Amino acid sequence: MIVAISIGAVTVPVGDVWAIVWHHVTGAGTPPDDPALDQIVWRFRTPRVVLAALVGAALAVSGAVLQTVVSNPLADPIVLGFSYGATLGAVLVITLGGGAALAGLGVSAAAFAGAVVAGALVFALGQRRGRLAPTRLVLAGVAVGYVFLSATSFVQLQATPTELRTVMFWMLGSVAGAQWDQIPTVTVVVLLTTALLVLFGRRLNVLLAGDESATALGVDVNRLRAVLLVLSALLTGTVIAVAGSIGFVGLMIPHLVRLTTGADHRRLLPLTALLGAVYLVLVDLLSRTVDRPNELPLGILTALLGAPFFLWLLRHNKGLD
Amino acid sequence: MKLTVDRLHVTLDRTPILRDVSLEAHKGDIVGLVGPNGSGKSTLLRAVYRSLRPAGGVVRVGDDDVWTLSARTAARRTAAVLQDATGDTTGLTVAGIVALGRSPHHGLLGRDGAEDRRAVEEAIDHCGVRAYADRDYASLSGGERQRVLLARALAQSARLLVLDELTNHLDIRARFELLNLIRATGITTLAVLHDLDLAARLCDHLVVLHEGAVVAAGPVLEALTPGILRDVFGVRAGAGRHADGVIRITYDAQPLAHDRAAGRRR
Repeated sequence: MIVAISIGAVTVPVGDVWAIVWHHVTGAGTPPDDPALDQIVWRFRTPRVVLAALVGAALAVSGAVLQTVVSNPLADPIVLGFSYGATLGAVLVITLGGGAALAGLGVSAAAFAGAVVAGALVFALGQRRGRLAPTRLVLAGVAVGYVFLSATSFVQLQATPTELRTVMFWMLGSVAGAQWDQIPTVTVVVLLTTALLVLFGRRLNVLLAGDESATALGVDVNRLRAVLLVLSALLTGTVIAVAGSIGFVGLMIPHLVRLTTGADHRRLLPLTALLGAVYLVLVDLLSRTVDRPNELPLGILTALLGAPFFLWLLRHNKGLD
Repeated sequence: MKLTVDRLHVTLDRTPILRDVSLEAHKGDIVGLVGPNGSGKSTLLRAVYRSLRPAGGVVRVGDDDVWTLSARTAARRTAAVLQDATGDTTGLTVAGIVALGRSPHHGLLGRDGAEDRRAVEEAIDHCGVRAYADRDYASLSGGERQRVLLARALAQSARLLVLDELTNHLDIRARFELLNLIRATGITTLAVLHDLDLAARLCDHLVVLHEGAVVAAGPVLEALTPGILRDVFGVRAGAGRHADGVIRITYDAQPLAHDRAAGRRR
């Protein structure tokens, strides 16, 4: 992370970065006496790297949980419609303009609301006679996603070119706008929710045995699904709200960890969080260095870098045959 | 532990599936549940392992109605090996699958202790799956998988075992091996079996279900009379004890033409 902070449009020596961060965190030590450097490191890059780590961890964990909850290896926050809900919320606020911002809702708040609405819809449509059936949930998610997507497209048609650029950038995701005041909330939600999900690890494992077997193993399958859906919608909603819709992390990272260390959720979830965090910090680092001083949206790079590696792993893993 | 099913009625989608079903399995008994497809066998099992709430009547494991127990408490008493596809794609190892059996013994904060490890090790040894304990479950043969699922059920340390078609699709040797494993546990067992010959070998008592009702029950030879075999299963056959003490069923391959329509639903 320190290295990621040091590299950017201006490269700061790793030692200086360490001194500045250390000084701000503990109040001790003597940082280099350069206000510009301090600005770059502490005010801009540090929150950005911290946010990238949080977003990566959250998306990856929520993908891992959703894949088990709906017994579908393709599931992630996008397939279940959460991301499209958030996108619609954000795009509405961007195009209606800051002045018209729905009753004082910012882009982040609107995106969060969108994700929660999408989650609630999927939840309501995914059940039949009080049972949450996996296939039904996935189909409901895909359908809800399409509705939100077409609504988003319609809103985009009404937008001005400047607004469109903002919308595009938001839809592809970025942590460039990271500010310190966002960090505490996001940190608390991501850490607490992830910790809670890890506690559910044993029951997530039981869910792998199939619904009837899980019931016979003492798990209330329906209630467990509901709780896990709510937690993962909360997790995704929180990070999409601040970083936009970033694809592929939620799908790929969990599979990477499963393929290498197995599917026991008590180990899978913490490792997934860690790898997701590292991955997004790296991707963000690349996004601001490959084309300095311009920035690329994260969504472009996550898939561009991740997909080939993922395919390589698929071909070389015998466990899937 | 004793199992009592008392005047059970179960309805699915407003269709009555079980009507006034009663049966008992005493401590250590192996009771076989037989009947043609669609007779309600799996539904009865679901009521026993507390997956399906009955419309009437009661299922007691020990002295308690299973619906007065929490899901976890019920699962500490009753373990089940079922037909649902324990995933080919789970990514869990054999030991990981067996360890699932310990989950009813833990709340959210529970961690595995010595007791859990002992139960898992014992189950692995009892079912002879030690040799492939570290392999991926998906890489096992059908017979190996069923042994693993049985080990998971034993790791649950339950006192009633519910088995749904445990030996389906297995070769003859694997079937006999599994039967011997079940016998050796000494746990009260309620087993759905398709193969009447296996049922006759394994079980102390049989309960014959037909269209959601019990039509015969008792020791094997009393339950599988030629009349029941003809009317319920639609075959001309007889069950008899052979010189070696084993009960076998002899079939006449000629189907009963009129019974196709009358007796069988599928």
